[in-house]
Amino acid sequence: MMAFYWISLMLVSCAFAGLLFRLVKGPTVADRVVALDAIGISLVSIIALLSLIMGTAFFLEIILLLSILSFIGTAAFAKFIERGEIFDRDHNR
Amino acid sequence: MRTNDVMLQTATKVVTFIILMFAVHIFFAGHYTPGGGFVGGLLTTSAIVLLMLAFDVKTVKKILPINYVIMTAVGLLIAIATAAASIIFDVPFFTHAYDYFDLPLFGKTSLHSAMLFDAGVYLVVVGVTMTIIQTIGEDE
Repeated sequence: MMAFYWISLMLVSCAFAGLLFRLVKGPTVADRVVALDAIGISLVSIIALLSLIMGTAFFLEIILLLSILSFIGTAAFAKFIERGEIFDRDHNR
Repeated sequence: MRTNDVMLQTATKVVTFIILMFAVHIFFAGHYTPGGGFVGGLLTTSAIVLLMLAFDVKTVKKILPINYVIMTAVGLLIAIATAAASIIFDVPFFTHAYDYFDLPLFGKTSLHSAMLFDAGVYLVVVGVTMTIIQTIGEDE
């Protein structure tokens, strides 16, 4: 079972490298935002695989923290692309 | 241009409370496991920022009528008071005390006076980050 974890970790790391390339190269802002969101998700899966390999449960809170921050960052970027501002002053204007 | 962001608003109404509960958990877990006042404050700030994203600054000011500058000052005062209380008991500055208590619902619990210092750190972090975000967010 340990070999399976290591092969999965290798594949996720390859995906991470590809996403880093897209983050640097990406032609538009939307490409970079999608790459950043997917980088967050693959970081979460790397931490999950590492905690399986090490056999510890201390990293699980970090997984929840990273997914919350990734979600808020993606929502803020999406709103910035759509509207050009992040915080509205008055919604019912 | 008005856009219809009902999905973000509906998700926010649930996710905000999950983030706040996780912030409380990570605040109390800070003594033996990863966590503490700083991360708890940052998570609380991110919950408020999510509310500001989904709704607007005016609504968040209405549901949380807090002056964050005063909140920072109160947190600093709590932290300094916790550190200075050790002088009264004739021990070095910042010495903390702890003991084990039998609480009704939790069983045997260790209560530590560093918890109070962490509460001060929590208030300072929430106050400072929310002051920065509100100052940047107000463009008029």
